[in-house]
Amino acid sequence: MAEAHPVGFQWVMEARKRGAKVFHVDPRFTRTSASADVYLPIRAGTDIALLGGVINYILTNELDFREYVLAYTNAATIVSEDFVDAEDAEGLFSGFDPATGSYVQDSWQYAGHERDSGSGHTATARETAAGLRHESHGAPIAGQVERDETLQHPRCVYQILKRHFARYTPEMVQRVCGLPPEKFLELARAWTQNSGRERTGCLIYSVGWTQHSVGVQYIRTGAIIQLLLGNVGRPGGGVLALRGHASIQGSTDIPTLFNLLPGYLPMPHHAQHPTFDDWVNAIRHPGQKGFWGNARAYAASLLKAYWGEAATPDNDFCYGYLPRLTGDHGTYQQVLDMIDGKIRGYFLLGQNPAVGSAHGRAQRLGMANLEWLVVRDLFMIESATFWQRGPEVATGEIVPQECRTEVFFLPAASHVEKEGTFTQTQRLLQWREKAVDPPGDARSELWFFYHLGRRLREKLAGSPLPRDRALLDLAWDYPTHGPHDEPDAEAVLREINGYDIATGRPLAGFAEARDDGTTAVGCWIYAGVYADGVNQAARRRPGGEQDWVAAEWGWAWPANRRMLYNRASADPQGRPWSDRKRYVWWDESAGRWTGHDVPDFEVTKAPSYRPPPGASGPAALAGDDPFVMQADGKGWLYAPSGVLDGPLPTHYEPAESPVRNPLYGQQGNPTRKTYRHPVNSVNPSPPQEHSQVFPYVFTVSRLTEHHTAGGMSRTVAPLAELQPEMFVEVSPELATLAGLNHLGWAHLVSARAVIEAKVLVTDRLVPLRVDGRVIHQLWLPYHFGFEGLVTGDSANDLFGITLDPNVLIQESKIGTCDVRPGRRPTGAALGELVDDYRRRAGVTPGAVPPAVTPGVPIGPPGSGGDGEGNG
Amino acid sequence: MGLRDVLLGWPVYRQLTGADPLGRGAAAQSARSAALTPRTEAADRVARSVCPYCAVGCGQRVFVSGNQVTQIEGDPDSPISRGRLCPKGSASKSLVTSPLRQTTVRYRRPYGTEWEDLDLDTALDMIADRILAARAETWEDVDAEGRPLNRTLGISSLGGATLDNEENYLIKKLFTAMGALQIENQARI
Ligand code: SF4
Repeated sequence: MAEAHPVGFQWVMEARKRGAKVFHVDPRFTRTSASADVYLPIRAGTDIALLGGVINYILTNELDFREYVLAYTNAATIVSEDFVDAEDAEGLFSGFDPATGSYVQDSWQYAGHERDSGSGHTATARETAAGLRHESHGAPIAGQVERDETLQHPRCVYQILKRHFARYTPEMVQRVCGLPPEKFLELARAWTQNSGRERTGCLIYSVGWTQHSVGVQYIRTGAIIQLLLGNVGRPGGGVLALRGHASIQGSTDIPTLFNLLPGYLPMPHHAQHPTFDDWVNAIRHPGQKGFWGNARAYAASLLKAYWGEAATPDNDFCYGYLPRLTGDHGTYQQVLDMIDGKIRGYFLLGQNPAVGSAHGRAQRLGMANLEWLVVRDLFMIESATFWQRGPEVATGEIVPQECRTEVFFLPAASHVEKEGTFTQTQRLLQWREKAVDPPGDARSELWFFYHLGRRLREKLAGSPLPRDRALLDLAWDYPTHGPHDEPDAEAVLREINGYDIATGRPLAGFAEARDDGTTAVGCWIYAGVYADGVNQAARRRPGGEQDWVAAEWGWAWPANRRMLYNRASADPQGRPWSDRKRYVWWDESAGRWTGHDVPDFEVTKAPSYRPPPGASGPAALAGDDPFVMQADGKGWLYAPSGVLDGPLPTHYEPAESPVRNPLYGQQGNPTRKTYRHPVNSVNPSPPQEHSQVFPYVFTVSRLTEHHTAGGMSRTVAPLAELQPEMFVEVSPELATLAGLNHLGWAHLVSARAVIEAKVLVTDRLVPLRVDGRVIHQLWLPYHFGFEGLVTGDSANDLFGITLDPNVLIQESKIGTCDVRPGRRPTGAALGELVDDYRRRAGVTPGAVPPAVTPGVPIGPPGSGGDGEGNG
Repeated sequence: MGLRDVLLGWPVYRQLTGADPLGRGAAAQSARSAALTPRTEAADRVARSVCPYCAVGCGQRVFVSGNQVTQIEGDPDSPISRGRLCPKGSASKSLVTSPLRQTTVRYRRPYGTEWEDLDLDTALDMIADRILAARAETWEDVDAEGRPLNRTLGISSLGGATLDNEENYLIKKLFTAMGALQIENQARI
């Protein structure tokens, strides 16, 4: 955090000054470690084992915050007797379907609800990264459940959790993670001692956590700990994601992602959502508790925002215009399709996949096989010049005279040359004022897409073709200003907020969205950002003039709420858990919730409210159900649906690991997404043979002075000067073993690539003793490429393509490699070296190791049918 | 200048005898540095902005003279950053004023070996034509069972996460209307 989010880290330092104890878990000693109380060097890829150890410590010693756990989580809920835990089946849960590499979730359900919504096959959910939809709401689950308030029932969630993690002992943590038991216990003790009624503990991760084949389950494990300790929805608690880019949160909320529409509405699927009603019901699950009951209003209002007058209740608001998914259309599938010649044109909008995406060679070969490529950026980046200066030109794999891709480079406007909002990592929208005009031909994306759309519509005017109706009927009428006819960003923000169509009045919040065509809302979760016709994101009341919540700086979704699920900061009766930790509470005399923040609860619903039988939607949530976006109002220790690789996190080894899984017969995540394509090879891992050909673990992360693929930092003189060279950090022990010299050269080899780097021998990395062996880890920054003021080989070239099954994010925080002294070969010899490694490792390009480790028994998947998984 | 003036003007003398024993202020000042004023003072206007790098979202004040950014500093009013910027945020002025920035359209024709110039309006028109051609060649109306698909898989897009919300909104809206669904973002990566 001190390295990659330095200014955010000031708050950790403030907390430490006030007595907070800071633990830092990282494979590499960084500035964060230097400022922490305790540093835990961990084997990369083993976080579930470490955190699972903490869960086991909590449950074995009964250190959970029992009152919170009983009232606010699903600990007491009884699970189906059909459920078989991974503990009892070598690492596979019940319901695994080897044909699709995914689970049938029927047996994971609560008792009596095995065939209810939420059950069923998850193959489609896996193909379409359906897990991403849960960023704004939980997965569906049945209404009435069996509970055991004593937590003694053998099939209640509490007992299942206890058995599941029973083997995650301090000794096992040592065997898997390479951490000494004393250090582990110091962490577990401090975490539990600093949680409860009077105190809260906070878990912070950087989104490298998501770049694993079990990334979602990493975060789930952290969330289970925080729920057990009562650290969710309370001040000083939480699971905080440190996202990596100025508006990456905004890019998910108003997604430019294949499987989502704004506000986490799913892109329709051809088989599951042929009609508007199918689509809406798949989102709202009729009869379901919670706030998704209003999904029809959000969906209809989005389509009204898209197609304006053409969208009417009679034509289902032009639902028929939406393109349909048939499977995985993610960025990695696309790149393989480019190599196979299936894609004509590609837009890159401030993105540099030639350096920033996993398997750089696949990225560059894909781009070299397009008809046309449009690159919009501030600088001439590698993804624009791969055909001229890329590493494949040096090896002869790309010959400019034979490369057909037509490339348009269009200069972009910088952040000070346009106005608009970024959404930062706490869901806070902040408006930027424009300072100057962009230079020359540089334009904003707003300009480019508005005018591109205008021109497409002009060219199609009068077209009789049905496929052109969606473009011709599009509501595409934005006011413009200035010499270049720049569209008015505030007008777009107003449409995102939503408005009443008859009067034009901006909506005050999403509760005002209607399903009858009288409102248009571009992104329902952002409704309120333009309340009263005022740009709330532009509010800048100085922090010094506000309380510590600073509610008048910018605007946070939803409803300017700064902390989600903050009803949990009060006890079931609505009283603060303690005076120190008061945040939101029930004011009996006023008959409403009040406090420091906007309450995340219906503001006049009393803690004593109990839903009438048969209630659905928000009315079905009791006055003490704080998790209002969850289908049962509870925090989920156990996820009966919505997480595709298991209801509980389970330690699997990374897709490439030198270590045999010490906990289960199953080696890796059985549901991880792999691609059989000749360009993609996977290094062998035990129990496969020849894993010793790639004996070392490498991991990558950021330097303070650079930014992702380097397009905004290797091009900037002061930053380039501060970090001028690609390098690899190795421990003194590994340097001796591999014959590497400090400040000399080394090259690293995987089944995909060989790259070179300067050697930095440092005790920031330590060899770890794991299951009786010594494991060496190397660390690399991933910022370098062949353009800019400072250049170097790209670390991402070393990675292959293996994805997390929930969100289709690649495993690019860990791989295996070999390291050798000296510079890498060039020209044809480079390919020969990689070929030789592949031959020795028995790697056939395009072949991937079996999803289920040989010898692990697979039970019957269960009935399943074609249920829609987590909907 | 007499010897006395030289002595009195000598920074060490001033440091030892004046009110600045550490030599960090008045004692270290020369006639030239005494006459300097901060760029921020001469600015015509100040825009309130946000750092374009990581997701902490530090506040920035962008100082402008004419149509030139002359300085970017942390915004002390921000309750998030309290005026601080890290090395990247502090380098924002160098980012936006970098001489390496491309300011004209560049074009590489198929099988070309060099970049060429191209007019922005022509480029936009050529891109629009290519989109329409790709749609026409790869359009899918319905699946094998006659259910609607309404799409093209011939077009892809990958966006960075320094795009504004308003930009992402228009990008998704336009691509969706043209039937292009292979739209992705750094958020997947
Ligand atoms: S100044 Fe540094 S910490 Fe702040 S937003 Fe920019 S990159 Fe992040």
